[in-house]
Amino acid sequence: MQTAIFIQDLSKSYGKEKHRATALKNVSLEIGQGELFGLIGPDGAGKTSLFRILATLLTPSSGKATVEGFDVVKDYREIRRRVGYMPGRFSLYCDLSVEENLEFFATVSGATVRENYDLIADIYRQIEPFKKRRAGKLSGGMKQKLALCCALVRRPAVLLLDEPTTGVDAVSRREFWDILKNLKDEGMCIFVSTPYMDEASLCDRIALIQGGEVLSTNTPANLVASYPFTLYKTRAENNYLLLEQLRTQSNVRFCYISGESLRVVFHEGAERVIRYPSSEAEEVTPSIEDCFIQLMKKR
Amino acid sequence: MRALRFLLKKEFLQIFRNKFMVRLIFGLPVIQLSVLPWAATFEHKDIQLCVVDNDRGSYSVRLREKVISSGFFKLSAYRTTYAEALESVEEGESDLILEIPAGFEKRCVNGIASEVMLSVDALNGQKAGLGVLYMGNIIQDFNASVQGEPGNMQAMAVVKPYYKYNLRMHYQNLMVPGVIVVLVSVMGAMLSAMNIVREKEMGTMEQMNVTPVSRSVFILAKLIPFWVIGLVNLSIGMLLSWLIYGLLPSGNMVVIFVFAFFYLLAFTGFGLMISNFAQSQQQAMLVVFFLLVIFILLGGLFTPISSMPGWAQGVATFNPVRYFIEVMRLVYLKGSGFADILPHLLKTGVFLVVFNILAVMGYRKKSM
Repeated sequence: MQTAIFIQDLSKSYGKEKHRATALKNVSLEIGQGELFGLIGPDGAGKTSLFRILATLLTPSSGKATVEGFDVVKDYREIRRRVGYMPGRFSLYCDLSVEENLEFFATVSGATVRENYDLIADIYRQIEPFKKRRAGKLSGGMKQKLALCCALVRRPAVLLLDEPTTGVDAVSRREFWDILKNLKDEGMCIFVSTPYMDEASLCDRIALIQGGEVLSTNTPANLVASYPFTLYKTRAENNYLLLEQLRTQSNVRFCYISGESLRVVFHEGAERVIRYPSSEAEEVTPSIEDCFIQLMKKR
Repeated sequence: MRALRFLLKKEFLQIFRNKFMVRLIFGLPVIQLSVLPWAATFEHKDIQLCVVDNDRGSYSVRLREKVISSGFFKLSAYRTTYAEALESVEEGESDLILEIPAGFEKRCVNGIASEVMLSVDALNGQKAGLGVLYMGNIIQDFNASVQGEPGNMQAMAVVKPYYKYNLRMHYQNLMVPGVIVVLVSVMGAMLSAMNIVREKEMGTMEQMNVTPVSRSVFILAKLIPFWVIGLVNLSIGMLLSWLIYGLLPSGNMVVIFVFAFFYLLAFTGFGLMISNFAQSQQQAMLVVFFLLVIFILLGGLFTPISSMPGWAQGVATFNPVRYFIEVMRLVYLKGSGFADILPHLLKTGVFLVVFNILAVMGYRKKSM
């Protein structure tokens, strides 16, 4: 597999010495062509900074990054010809209609809608009934689909999607990911960030990022397989009281609330019991979120 | 080129979709030109006059009548003592006191110089100055008429001013060309200054920046629409000044448009430059406002630049608005041609280059 995005020891910090805020610390990643790569991390982890560097909108403080073999600092012109970037914030012209936006972004990128229509056809068909509508008046999911069309219409080699599903309803999210899967099959490199852990499993490979550092890079399956503990699930009427109880138990390594239940990891060789009325520990396979929490705790 | 055409199409679409913007572009010239020139006049009518007549003779009545019939003064009070007259000023009833001394008529008839006293409320300096000036002229006139009567055969020199280029000294003739300049400058700077920063605020800049569109093409696409609007505004302004004030340039209109061609490019560049450096529309707005006030006050519209102190004249050299106001007055009133406005044109050319280079340089597609 050929490398599409190559990032080595990339760091970015903002502000002067005293108020320095570090967004990225020695990030290294390698993403291949035709790969759907997910960057998973909470808000403030440095995802947007990384995307903006790759989109040549931000200069890194140190380190090296290339997109399609072009350096993000030196060859930014070449990169701008080859990437499709969809910022986290909706950034199309709200006062232009759907088709005007599409045509505009095609033209300024030196392409035409017609020659690349095959690429966007599946997505565009969903928003076509509203093509005369102003972009600002579309629903959240529609807006994201239009933004994706505008990023795709130049037929980019690399697609950078910064939190494309944030603030979008569950059905639209699902649809959006189906679209990404199809695009990947066309051989495009798709680098996507998301704060939603459940979307991680839809990627070929993922990198978990926290506080500007990449905690782990792996396929979702391998990441789950490499979980070093046996994870148990438990629940009670009052999960909070149960959590309090578990924290006092000496056989519990750590525990936390996950959705409507609790996750528990016991000390090795310790007795796997919970001293709380009518609550039992049940073994579960860890999710990406569990892996993330474990990796965060390790630090 | 294709990209530029589409960028321009987009800009015009956006401008004309914004109903408020369209109203502003066409409404502002009408309002500014129909209101401002009437309000911004240096003529002063109806100065409130208080007369203290200690003579009560026929000459003092004649003087009083003459003053009032001039149309500049209005008799607001008639008091018997100066102290009473002062009270009238203090109450804001009168602006100016004319005190005629006792024995005024006797001295006049005998050809002996007599003095009248003028006391003026100087709270409004301009009003006071004009009041004294008018009164001086009227009294001089009165003098002449008295001396011209039989028995008073002294020779008398009378000053008769000839206002070249503005024969009747109509202030509108002076103000209207200047107001047109203010109009196109305000529109040009405001609209362009709000534009790029608006894209920053909306986030569309982020998307524009990853396109291969070059900085110069981007700025050019921003420049041209506001430049066109400026020229349209100028035409509307000139049309209105003809319709409302019957004012047509005594020189060639082409001279004005050629100058405006360059001036508007310079001024739109000025707005875009501010827009690039500003972080929000508010910031851009306030900076433009701040600079425009200076440009207009130091532009020679209200007070002549030659009467300003040396340093202010120095500052006014860097004021693009000033040159356009001068050119408009030259062409409108004096009928100047290209040769006369060449220095103005060259200076504007410098502004054009500097502002637009800064506008292109200030537009960064990348942040540090």
